[in-house]
Amino acid sequence: MTTTDYRHEPSVVEGRPSLRELDEIIAKPLESKPDKKYFLALAVTLSMLGIGVIGLAFSFYYGTGLWGNNNPVGWGFPIVNFVFWVGIGHAGTLISAILFLFRQKWRNGIARFAEGMTIFAVMTAMIFPAIHVGRPWLAGYLFPYPNQHSLWVNFTSPLLWDVFAVSTYFTVSFIFWYVGLIPDFATLRDKTFSKIKKVIYSVFSLGWRGSNRHWQHYEMVYLILAGFATPLVLSVHTIVSFDFAVSILPGWHTTIFPPYFVAGAVFSGFAMVQNVLIFIRKIFNYEHIITLDTLEKMNKIILLTGSIVGYAYAMEFFTAWYSGVQPEQFTFVNRAFGPYAWAYWIMASCNVFFPQFFWIKKIRRSIPFMFVLAVLVNVGMWFERFVITVTSLSRDYLPSSWAYYTPTLTDFAILIGSFGFFFTWVLLFTKSLPVVSIAEIKAVAEGSQPSHKDH
Amino acid sequence: MSDKILYSYTGLFDTPDEIIHAAGKTADEGYKKFDINTPYPVHGMDDAMKLKPSRLGYFALVFGLSGTFATVLLMTWMTAFDYPIVIGGKPFFAFPAFVPIIFEVTVLAASVATVLTMLFVFFKFPNNSHPLHDTDYMKAVTSEKYGISIQAEDELFNEEKVKNFLQALGAKNITPVYFDNEELNVKHAVFEPKFISLLAVVFILVSGATYITLNKLMFITPFNWMMEQSKTIVQESNVLFADGFGMRNPVAGTVPRDQIPYKYKGDPEGAGENLANPLIPSKEVFALGEVKYNTYCSPCHGFHAEGDSRLRGQFPNPPSMHSEKVRNWSDGRLFHVITEGQNIMPAYSSQLSREERWAVVLYIRALQRSLNAKESDLQ
Repeated sequence: MTTTDYRHEPSVVEGRPSLRELDEIIAKPLESKPDKKYFLALAVTLSMLGIGVIGLAFSFYYGTGLWGNNNPVGWGFPIVNFVFWVGIGHAGTLISAILFLFRQKWRNGIARFAEGMTIFAVMTAMIFPAIHVGRPWLAGYLFPYPNQHSLWVNFTSPLLWDVFAVSTYFTVSFIFWYVGLIPDFATLRDKTFSKIKKVIYSVFSLGWRGSNRHWQHYEMVYLILAGFATPLVLSVHTIVSFDFAVSILPGWHTTIFPPYFVAGAVFSGFAMVQNVLIFIRKIFNYEHIITLDTLEKMNKIILLTGSIVGYAYAMEFFTAWYSGVQPEQFTFVNRAFGPYAWAYWIMASCNVFFPQFFWIKKIRRSIPFMFVLAVLVNVGMWFERFVITVTSLSRDYLPSSWAYYTPTLTDFAILIGSFGFFFTWVLLFTKSLPVVSIAEIKAVAEGSQPSHKDH
Repeated sequence: MSDKILYSYTGLFDTPDEIIHAAGKTADEGYKKFDINTPYPVHGMDDAMKLKPSRLGYFALVFGLSGTFATVLLMTWMTAFDYPIVIGGKPFFAFPAFVPIIFEVTVLAASVATVLTMLFVFFKFPNNSHPLHDTDYMKAVTSEKYGISIQAEDELFNEEKVKNFLQALGAKNITPVYFDNEELNVKHAVFEPKFISLLAVVFILVSGATYITLNKLMFITPFNWMMEQSKTIVQESNVLFADGFGMRNPVAGTVPRDQIPYKYKGDPEGAGENLANPLIPSKEVFALGEVKYNTYCSPCHGFHAEGDSRLRGQFPNPPSMHSEKVRNWSDGRLFHVITEGQNIMPAYSSQLSREERWAVVLYIRALQRSLNAKESDLQ
């Protein structure tokens, strides 16, 4: 029988690498030329992006009539994709801000990458409301500026709250990310031998010297930003859910939506981060930095949030039954057994049933299993947004206006394009910036903090 | 070496325990202008260096609250004062519906402003040239070593003493760092022409882009084919017709159904004598007359034809229609006034059809009768 020594907390970095070794391995992708596989991956994502661009070009040329959106389902794929991508972004902020406030050391290895994915996911998400308005070149009217019509925007509309929430989210995430990068730029600046790189790193490191008089303010800013980003990330998907919840459509008009949407966002976001990290740690040999323990902890969070989402599904049915409102009850029976039952059961099985495998420790620590389960989670979460958006709209109060929504080829092209856009950014990121925070990972390496023996 | 000005003496340590110890000792010795450079924040260093807590939190509070109040004021002014519109039955000052945006702007203002404060006030950016840059010392401390640098500016600084002090602490690579003469001559990078011209370029780019976006881009309609339709537009040429006009004249010798020419133009007496009301009084006709009278006549003549205008003196009040003169007018004479107008009263022939005008005449007769009822009406 073995006993574990709990007096000593094991480091989240395995194998006791020296600080210099950490520098070397994290900076290696930036200092080496991309190989064939990288260009192959880039070719795939750029082709996907190209398909999306073609879909969008046709949409602008011929109009949005090319999409499946029509009465009564005016919110088809564009809104489904918007909610999906904003949700993907939430894991990054949760890892970088909320886990930072909870002093979870294992987040240091994955925070940078997750934050990067947040930024790219929000960029992808922002495409969809812009194209859904039909004339994206008029998107400037979304902001309250003194225009020629002397009209202001409607501050009481959830759609405008969305504009503010998503743009604030993007800005704050970007700042948070950049502030985290400053010390790493300084490390790279002092490490590189290339003159051009040195100039670039010098500019972006803003004269960082690792001075403790700076670290003091820096840590304070990091804490403040984390403190702000935490309620911010909760507010963003809350406001996205208000787009639905503030309307009076059966199936949308529920108070459970904000927590349910936030849990779902974290759920899908963690699944996406876990998916991509599995590749990153393998390709760049980061197995000792992004450890199996870290992945297991992420799987636990996927299990937790997946169970919250499952609870919300059940509670929606209960609320509908308990409300005694006939259209509400019909909507939920219709979801599970109506024309979109196929989508509902894909959602329920991928989001509620399959994540339950994570109760088993072996599966939680098995890379192939966790990868497949996380892919299923994202399929399920995409279908969740589809089910919520489409089933309620296609059959509302007025049976005479019921219709079945069918997406078109253009819709799918734009969806594929959004994945291409996102993964192109991810690929470019892995080769241009350190995907693991050098300063943060050093701070949690073995023996990096004083032992305070003299006290 | 003599022409160089000494900035500081630096020493390197291998472990965080040593640097904490060294920082504590240096602070105890009474040195004020010294710094610790580490590749990552070392716990407990602030206490060892005897630093006061960062004041950035107060900045965040002030900036955040400014954002809050500015948003509340701005939204209130926009929605309740500058352009009030009722939307969804909400009050103009709909505070609960303002909360999400207030929150977002608070977070945005506090985050952006706090980071900018850190960079520009606490880190003195863009004045970021520093003698420590590009030294072996800096290359070591951004990677794996923990460095201490005691500045020559310090009151207690004495070259020999500091060297011995660092040696006693166990520091390695004890080296002096000198000011870079080129950099020394640059005092405030803010006033450097390079920086100012950069600001100018940024300003021109930003304002230009804003101008183009708001005044040009937003008015471009890239695809406006919906406006170009293959139909005949009046007042434009059309090749279908021999005369080339898109607009056509009525067929010669015909009259449109509702536009029978009025025979008594400028001849009120003739109209009074020759025109008779073709309508037979009925409930429907009176109802039609009442609706049309209330819409077109009552603003000036009043609901009871007494000349009690509702226009509050914007036009002179017309005379009462209960006068002896108007009561004695024939139906045709009244019809003529409605058709052609009189004094400042305009013609109503374009607003009211012939039938409607006759219905109004009947309704006026009923109003006149109501104030001058005959005895027989009581029965």
